[in-house]
Amino acid sequence: MTIAASFEIEYLQYLDTTGKATRKDLPEFARDLDHMIDLYKTMLFLRVFDTKSIALQRTGKLGTYASCLGHEAVYIGIGSAMQEEDVFAPSYREYGTQFIRGVKPREVLLYWGGDERGSDFSGPAHDFPWTVPIGTQCLHAAGSALAFKLRKEPRVAVFCIGDGGTSKADFYGAINVAGAMQLPMVAVIVNNQWAISTPRQAQTGAKTLAQKGLAAGLESLQVDGNDLIAVRAAMDHALKRARHGHGGSVIEAITYRLSDHTTADDARRYRDDAEVKAAWEREPLLRLRTWLELAGAWDEQREEAWKVQCGQRMDEEVNAYLGTRTQPLEATFDYTYAELPIDLVEQRTAALAAESASH
Amino acid sequence: MAQITLIEAVTMALAYEMDHDASVIVLGEDVGINGGVFRATVGLLEKFGPERVIDMPLDETTIAGVTVGMAAQGMKPVAESQFEGFMYPMLDQIASHAARLRNRTRGRMHVPAVFRAPWGGGIRAPEHHSEANEAIFTNIPGLRVVLPSSPGRAYGLLLAAIRDPDPVIFFEPKRIYRQYKEEVPDDGEALPLDMCFVLRDGSDVTLVTWGAQVKETLEAADALADSGISAEVIDVATLKPLDFDTIHESVRKTGRCVIVHEAPRTAGFGAEIAARLAEHAMYDLLAPVQRVTGYDTHIPLFRLEMKYLPSVQRIVAAAQQTLAVS
Repeated sequence: MTIAASFEIEYLQYLDTTGKATRKDLPEFARDLDHMIDLYKTMLFLRVFDTKSIALQRTGKLGTYASCLGHEAVYIGIGSAMQEEDVFAPSYREYGTQFIRGVKPREVLLYWGGDERGSDFSGPAHDFPWTVPIGTQCLHAAGSALAFKLRKEPRVAVFCIGDGGTSKADFYGAINVAGAMQLPMVAVIVNNQWAISTPRQAQTGAKTLAQKGLAAGLESLQVDGNDLIAVRAAMDHALKRARHGHGGSVIEAITYRLSDHTTADDARRYRDDAEVKAAWEREPLLRLRTWLELAGAWDEQREEAWKVQCGQRMDEEVNAYLGTRTQPLEATFDYTYAELPIDLVEQRTAALAAESASH
Repeated sequence: MAQITLIEAVTMALAYEMDHDASVIVLGEDVGINGGVFRATVGLLEKFGPERVIDMPLDETTIAGVTVGMAAQGMKPVAESQFEGFMYPMLDQIASHAARLRNRTRGRMHVPAVFRAPWGGGIRAPEHHSEANEAIFTNIPGLRVVLPSSPGRAYGLLLAAIRDPDPVIFFEPKRIYRQYKEEVPDDGEALPLDMCFVLRDGSDVTLVTWGAQVKETLEAADALADSGISAEVIDVATLKPLDFDTIHESVRKTGRCVIVHEAPRTAGFGAEIAARLAEHAMYDLLAPVQRVTGYDTHIPLFRLEMKYLPSVQRIVAAAQQTLAVS
């Protein structure tokens, strides 16, 4: 038999579910405990943010909201590895990455609270807004990466996609063009096992989602997506390769969606409590916290003190969000084109006249 | 000054703008060494190199999405779809992102891109190569839709489309790509993206059309003149935004209007013009507005396609019908 090609997919993990290191070669960044504490604190803030956002939705103060519960290690791992000049193209629940990049919690709330200004956020002006049509952001990252390559800028475009999203043509197109043109692009598949009610195994016959990247000619691996150190290490490596012109990567982060798909979903309709309960045993915060505690860098007292600070910060963010006045009606028109065409000028005038007549 | 065809005017405009703006990139399928399947990009690879003239993997979704991404990061991509009938996979990227990124981000990001495609029927092409689906795009907020019908207008409007900060759908009527030549100075002068062109003055009836149908409509005006009827001919050229004032002004004068387009009738762009005439020109009209269009069928394969496309005879008959009412 002649083998035309063969391949394997690495699975990367540094911390097991009990918070113990599974290998001795911890990456350099993980030896800096102050840095690791900062990352853990960011993860904890993200969880506080998420809990509060769901509460806001349940009390009628927020529209439909997409929770990120259980994804904290993935998003903080990505965000902490990226440079500001890199471009991030998210789907719609990567708040952790975005907070590190300067997006304010109040802006996330504004978006889900029905106000476009949330997407005019305080993060880098070149970062893409939340992308609801599944997978379309993949190609925006590829296009950004092509722009960087043509302009010879040492920048990388990073996108996130769910396990379900890897079924989309846009995902395949993005990894394909990145491989064909050796673009500085990193694709992170956030495999949380569920695309609303459709389980991972119903999406593809492929054994791993990472291997889709191999088909496109990208360096591809799986990481334990509940292990912050593994995600960050994989991102560091992928970003460095891309930045130095060695091409793109696919990182499949294995995690679990501990929440409903969004607040409009009820996951009890389609998955067992036992599965969710088991997933909680693997969740990302507990693992990192245990590791930090074993290293003597964290304890219950610091945990509680930080939670109080997170709560105070969230109160400020929520108050800022709730205190944001609705945009005037003309805002519906004013961002459709750089310069309003005559038709829209007329429609705008009529809409404003109708509004003032109704007052 | 050179005498050039419509497609040569497209090439000339691309070359001019690439020469003057380093952020302009041409991308598509076979646009490089092959110069495009219709040769619209011929010579560009040699002049500007493979980093400015990019042969993409064969996927329209990829071309459209990459175009959005590049444009959002400050490039001015001009993407080619080989035929308009192949643009359907691009629709999600065009409608969901190219057309609305500015609005979604309150102006933080925008997409200064052009999506070009050879458009329309009548060249004996295979199936799916002859579509006229401009109305799908004119219904999308945030887009401009342009359809030039002469070498000069192709040159000036394409320059304007590339320079415009918002996404432009630029349809090229391939049936008249090489119909005739005219003198077009390569002076970088753009034409406005919101103006109709009055191609022929007349006083009895207004014939409104765009794209390749300009040819038949002008011939119909000649035929009408032979029987003593003076027809004004308007090339809409920029469908969105629509320069309704020019059409209205003409109808005020003639009192009669025939709208000619090769796309299917129902919810075709002619319906928009007819609706505006009903809203604004009711009392100027001496006869009901007539539409001469493709049928509400798929354009037939080429043995029958010329019977589908509006003919001079059908346009003349419609104009005469408006004149029969008094």
